Amino acid sequence: MIKKLLIANRGEIAVRVNRAAQELGIQTVQVHSSVDKGLLALDLADEVVELESSLGTKSYMDIHAILAAAWKTGADAIHPGYGFLSENANFAEAVEASGITFVGPAGSTIRTMGDKATARKAAKQAGIPIVPGSDGVVTDLSAARQIAEKIEFPIMIKAAAGGGGRGIRVARCLEEFGHLVAQAATEAKAVFGDGDIYLEKVIEHARHIEVQILGDGRHFVHCFERECSLQRRRQKIWEEAPSIALSVSKRNEICASAVKLATKLKYRGAGTVEFLYDSRTGNYYFIEMNTRIQVEHPVTEFVVGVDLVAEMIRIASGEDLSIKQSDVVVRGHSIEVRINAEDPGNGFLPCPGTILELRIPDGPGVRCDHMLYPGYEVLPFYDSLLGKLIVWGETRDHALARLKRALSETRIEKLKTTLPLFSILADDNDVRNCQFSTDWLEHWLEVNSIDEHKLNLDETI
Amino acid sequence: MQISEIRTSLPGTFYGKPGPDEPPYKAPGDKVDVGDVIGLVEVMKSFHEIRSEFSGILKRFLVENETPIAPGQVIAEIEQF
Repeated sequence: MIKKLLIANRGEIAVRVNRAAQELGIQTVQVHSSVDKGLLALDLADEVVELESSLGTKSYMDIHAILAAAWKTGADAIHPGYGFLSENANFAEAVEASGITFVGPAGSTIRTMGDKATARKAAKQAGIPIVPGSDGVVTDLSAARQIAEKIEFPIMIKAAAGGGGRGIRVARCLEEFGHLVAQAATEAKAVFGDGDIYLEKVIEHARHIEVQILGDGRHFVHCFERECSLQRRRQKIWEEAPSIALSVSKRNEICASAVKLATKLKYRGAGTVEFLYDSRTGNYYFIEMNTRIQVEHPVTEFVVGVDLVAEMIRIASGEDLSIKQSDVVVRGHSIEVRINAEDPGNGFLPCPGTILELRIPDGPGVRCDHMLYPGYEVLPFYDSLLGKLIVWGETRDHALARLKRALSETRIEKLKTTLPLFSILADDNDVRNCQFSTDWLEHWLEVNSIDEHKLNLDETI
Repeated sequence: MQISEIRTSLPGTFYGKPGPDEPPYKAPGDKVDVGDVIGLVEVMKSFHEIRSEFSGILKRFLVENETPIAPGQVIAEIEQF
């Protein structure tokens, strides 16, 4: 077993990893940047090291500084959390090359799944449906037209060098297609210095369904799916497990697909295979795989009773998976909402600041993974995620009732957070009936202005 | 001649150019019009433009590229004529 684990992250996930390690009897080392001295995880860890890095606030991205901290403290393993270096193949390889265990898959797996084209290829070879599109970049218009006729409209034209939703155009018919392809290529060349584009069919009104998998390189299991369709600007804000949009047979089919991919990759660690699901046709399509623990992992933990972070650490220690597929059974329903330091009444403007008063909800079926304490200064240099409120209920309705109860208990003063948005969403008819797709929330936000007045009014009712 | 200050309302990290390999929005001595972007603030991974409320000549920046800034801090001075 790993003896001393260095946590190369911050925020709520650093707290989460620290807890899992300490419960396994592992010593923990928490690193921090020069400005990040107030981290809650620093208080909990057995040892603390300030990263010596020229990157300043961004030193969690400094491979050498993190390795130096590991050598200095004698840590024999590094957990990367999510974000930062967690999906950096070079980091994983550098860690392993220095004789330290990387808690995650092999660098080569991260590299394969981190590249859109090689990830699609791997999924295709594993026999998993992928979003129809050009396999790789499209170089000329006539080739683009041929592909377009095959995959059918609407079609997304994406800049190969783009990302995060930048450089995307949608063509609805062949008439506008040629013009948009030319425009996209010209713009990609100007903005990204690379005019390469690729094509992908738009799966309209799709749901985002993702499957949690675990592997030890020899055995592979899934821990069922999460429904993460409520998104704003492609960022998830509300996640559930299981998805009530799936029939039992469809659930088994999608989950089996994810295990097929994990098996093909000889996957080691915790990972998530993401799909778009078209509930009208029953078709599902692989979009990508995240080769790390995810923000929304607690909803899975709640319904299947597996400690995913502890399992990752045990796998990295060389142990076999502690569970078989037949051990993984879903019980009840779980919902997570992301508490971000953003003002939903003002275009989700980030709102860093100091926590003056804090009341974290608890009671039956409530879990709150967070990084807060009274007096903590939320810094502007990092992600706006303050924590996650996760509830469990016997049924989805029960979980929704608990969510509303827990939200009403929560106080995070005087910061603006996304909490009031969730109180409204929990009462929305579509949300209550689980009638949503990945574009639902953006439309809802356009129609429903969340102004301060309305929020205050809701609170007094 | 009058010196006017451009301040940031947001905390975060200041960037004087749109991308790492791109030229700065403005350099000292450049003409600045009302509404011109003079820099970006990165706050919690989202980027917000800092625009000039004045027209004139950019005299100097008071913060360096990629350094932390606090709300109300003066980012640049504009010489108005």
